[in-house]
Amino acid sequence: MIYLHLFLSFLQIGLFSFGGGYAALPLIQEQVVSLHKWLSLQEFTDLITISQMTPGPIAINSATFVGIKVAGIGGAAAATIGCIFPSCILVSILAYIYTKYRNMKVLQGTLASLRPAVVAMIASAGLSILVTAFWNGEVNLADTKWDQVVLFAGAFILLRWKKWNPVLIMLLAGAIKVVLAVALGKI
Amino acid sequence: MDKKKLLVKLFISTLYLSAFTFGGGYVIVSLMKRKFVDEYKWIDESEMLDLVAIAQSAPGPIAVNGAIVVGYKLAGIAGMIVAILATIIPPFTIICVVSLFYNAFQTNPYIKTALEGMQAGVGAVIASVVYEMGSGIVKTKSAVSIIIMIAAFVATYLFKVNVVYVILICGLFGAFQTLFKERRKS
Repeated sequence: MIYLHLFLSFLQIGLFSFGGGYAALPLIQEQVVSLHKWLSLQEFTDLITISQMTPGPIAINSATFVGIKVAGIGGAAAATIGCIFPSCILVSILAYIYTKYRNMKVLQGTLASLRPAVVAMIASAGLSILVTAFWNGEVNLADTKWDQVVLFAGAFILLRWKKWNPVLIMLLAGAIKVVLAVALGKI
Repeated sequence: MDKKKLLVKLFISTLYLSAFTFGGGYVIVSLMKRKFVDEYKWIDESEMLDLVAIAQSAPGPIAVNGAIVVGYKLAGIAGMIVAILATIIPPFTIICVVSLFYNAFQTNPYIKTALEGMQAGVGAVIASVVYEMGSGIVKTKSAVSIIIMIAAFVATYLFKVNVVYVILICGLFGAFQTLFKERRKS
């Protein structure tokens, strides 16, 4: 029974979280903390921290974390499947329509004005990440973390003009930061 | 390339991207563009933007939706299933392990510092993808496209407008614009 509850609960999270990422947070909180009391508020906050520190979408991370806590690996699987179920149905229908009708004039016109908007949205998400990386969220020139700015600039140059592997770049940025912190005696 | 080989390659590359995607759906979308558009040349750039728009306009995690559209486009239903599995296996496994001893993990200063540095790297990956895609849009010399790009950025970044509305408005705008043009021609 608990598997079904987990499945249905995360099905709703998957179905109603538009826009990805943090848009899903209030929904997860309502289902997991307020409604079913599977996590305390403190545990929920820890879950967000863990999600930030590990790869993967926050909704999937939550599904796995809550599922395993409430009902072990089976619970984690039930919650995760529930979470992606609406996506599988809706997105595959959209993908089907796209491949079938992509040469239609109206659909082409629609997609032509969506493309610049998509670039803008990616830019906006990227800028938010940079603001967090440079200032911890609040822009204040006096508090700029210059080491982060230098890491960013170096990474950007290697990506743009040397075509380095992006995963390698990200790992290197993390490693350099740790080496610096150890060398400066901060850790 | 035969289908089995394609599926294996799709699985491995998606698994790899998913395992290293820290910080939200747009990071994996940027990495997918690097891998599938620039490196493998399986998808062209404007088609990739269409796929991202589709992934965006449906509910659910963008990383999962992105995997579904890319998998479907490359190898139909089989490609979709392979891409979904590859996307959820890494976070699923990692969270299972982390939840076992998350106190130690959370307070470890080395992990915390490394993650902070990785944020700067992630920012650079997204910045370079935006630079490439943005100059692609500017090169079309279409004033409408450039205005849409700027307006959508202001709306999402400064005014925090829900991306669903941005997608809806831009899509409707494009559809009506095409209908008017067609009518004038006939």
